[in-house]
Amino acid sequence: MAQTYYTTVGSRSYRFASLAELMAKATPPRSGDRLAGVMAESAEERVVAQMVLAELPLTTFLNEALIPYEEDEITRLIMDDHDAAAFAPISHLTVGDFRNWLLSDHATSEVLAEVKAGITPEMAAAVSKLMRNQDLILVAKKCQVTTAFRNTIGLPGRLSTRLQPNHPTDDVTGIAASILDGLLYGSGDAVIGINPATDNVAQSVKLMRLMDDVIQKYQIPTQSCVLTHVTNTLEAIEQGAPVDLVFQSIGGTEATNRSFGFDLSTLAEAEAAAQSLNRGTVGRNVMYFETGQGSSLSADAHHGLDQQTCEARAYAVARKFNPLLVNTVVGFIGPEYLFDGKEITRAGLEDHFCGKLLGVPMGCDVCYTNHAEADQNDMDNLLTLLGVAGCNFIMGIPGSDDIMLNYQTTSFHDALYARRVLGLKAAPEFERWLEEMQIFQDISTHRLNDQLPAAFANSLRHLPKEPSHGG
Amino acid sequence: MADKPSSPIVVENPWERLNAFTDARIGLGRAGVSLPTNKLLAFQLAHAQAQDAVHCPLEVETLAKALTEALDLSKAPLRLHSYAQDRAMYLQRPDYGRRLNDETREYLQQAAESQQRYDLAVVVVDGLSALAVQQNSAPFLSALYQMLNSDAADWTLAPLTLVEQGRVAIGDEIGALLNADAVLVMIGERPGLSSPDSLGLYMTWAPEPGLKDDRRNCISNVRPAGLQVEEAARRFFLLLKEARQLKLSGVQLKDRSEDDVLEGDSASGSTRNFLVAD
Repeated sequence: MAQTYYTTVGSRSYRFASLAELMAKATPPRSGDRLAGVMAESAEERVVAQMVLAELPLTTFLNEALIPYEEDEITRLIMDDHDAAAFAPISHLTVGDFRNWLLSDHATSEVLAEVKAGITPEMAAAVSKLMRNQDLILVAKKCQVTTAFRNTIGLPGRLSTRLQPNHPTDDVTGIAASILDGLLYGSGDAVIGINPATDNVAQSVKLMRLMDDVIQKYQIPTQSCVLTHVTNTLEAIEQGAPVDLVFQSIGGTEATNRSFGFDLSTLAEAEAAAQSLNRGTVGRNVMYFETGQGSSLSADAHHGLDQQTCEARAYAVARKFNPLLVNTVVGFIGPEYLFDGKEITRAGLEDHFCGKLLGVPMGCDVCYTNHAEADQNDMDNLLTLLGVAGCNFIMGIPGSDDIMLNYQTTSFHDALYARRVLGLKAAPEFERWLEEMQIFQDISTHRLNDQLPAAFANSLRHLPKEPSHGG
Repeated sequence: MADKPSSPIVVENPWERLNAFTDARIGLGRAGVSLPTNKLLAFQLAHAQAQDAVHCPLEVETLAKALTEALDLSKAPLRLHSYAQDRAMYLQRPDYGRRLNDETREYLQQAAESQQRYDLAVVVVDGLSALAVQQNSAPFLSALYQMLNSDAADWTLAPLTLVEQGRVAIGDEIGALLNADAVLVMIGERPGLSSPDSLGLYMTWAPEPGLKDDRRNCISNVRPAGLQVEEAARRFFLLLKEARQLKLSGVQLKDRSEDDVLEGDSASGSTRNFLVAD
């Protein structure tokens, strides 16, 4: 079935040996594709590949699997779940026509919601490679994906945040201090989510109880999650722990996920187990997934595909299990995969676009590491662009500094900046709570209360005199 | 004279004293909803220092001497180097950092010619923070060696190795060449703004080149202000013993070192904190 693609530009002829090669060479430049040896060899070859790709019918992706059907359960998921009826309105288009159609006035929010089940990750990845940043923003903005558990996330005009109170030794007072800081800056409507310092079941259960106690005491319309391995959370559920959301890092190939220690059946089991607890009040979306370009190459499981196409395939995994939140941790993986602020920005916009187009409730961990060529200004830019694009949620961490994972992401202050300049609000249920708790003096202008709200002033009286050390 | 504004330009946070309980940047205060100038500049300084730390080289000679003395070694640690020649290449080619260069591979093969089997090979790797390795590897290994020596079971240790410009997976090749049942890689983690000195521990049972991450167990953030070396050694030793008993490592081998702690506590006591005190 594999086809070779030829074209001539002026006196030069170009040959692309496979669909995978064509896709890779059409991809805007990034270090991970260079590392994998799949990147275009010249700027001209890249644009030529984009031109050839633009002429391909979308149906090509239904007839030619980038990773063989027999070898990969993600390919089987994509092919078996493809909705031909939803695809019908766009089935006659080429990739280039598809870009025009997405940008056109025909593709309203309602129409995009109807066709999403007919779009495969490869179609989304292919068209994104032809799109400029403003195209990615404009189309993503039209794609609305709303989910719910104890509040509603992804409504138009809303920007939610994950409160991420990580602590290097999981010290409960240290974590509580960051939770308080975040709540008093209006953070935490997407989830209060902790990355535990040590990956073990008992520790995770302890952190789940800690967050559940806080959510219950202050009656916060939000959900909690400990970002431990899915099999740990399954064990925690068996032990009777208060599990709101099940977390897992996912990738776009079966081999990537195997290297993470799970397969699709594990996720199905986890979704069913968490739903059986019936802990949601306004919805039943119980999964929280994280993704990021480069994870398949990092696991040596990319099958010669470019990293952005692998990433888009991860969203097929995500949408199968009805997640509340999906988050591309865009700059975490390091400069081997996304070298600098420019590459991180492009990847963040691509991921958000592909996720939304496929119907995934996309958020973004706007972030970078200290060994990447990036800084706070790059993050300000990407945050602003994603806010304009209608991103469902971002991270919120004290002063941008994750003292456990050792990277920088958006702060509580950053989220308020974005809400203020773009006129965005928190999830409606959470917004009401912020008002009732008097955390804001005037929530319509994002004006915080200069005084400590009564309920929290009372809690601070219970502060221990001496800091407790260690975990 | 102008009137004082009714509200200050920079609003302090009344919960600033919570800073005593965490290194997280809480209670920063705000100008409007933005960072006050002094907090902004403190962050910029920390970022500048962390960027510099990534490029600081490992002082191999000094470390080898320190380890030989601290652990009372009869032979100096073996010095190895990855396929990545320098830091610039290391940052862009993780595949190079995962394998030995030809010269030191041959050197290690010769050193391991006895065909003797070992219970554990310890591999010290610079990773992304030479500082972490420089400061924490001798104290951690002193604590670990003490536990191994006083254990009822016998533990035979392969020659200690030091690797420059290495990544975690390079331990698999080294462990296999040394005929070790298990390998411990001690590596400098990516430097954080508040923690340029964090050491990571990775354990693999039956190491061989090409293994994936799901075969490894990790203990992170070993440093004076994080996980203490004694506690890290205790957790690692528990993992190692369980790995030897079950003959596996990774996802199938859960870290159960905390289980006792939680069961010993009362149900609510372990999560008690000021937010839910009453």
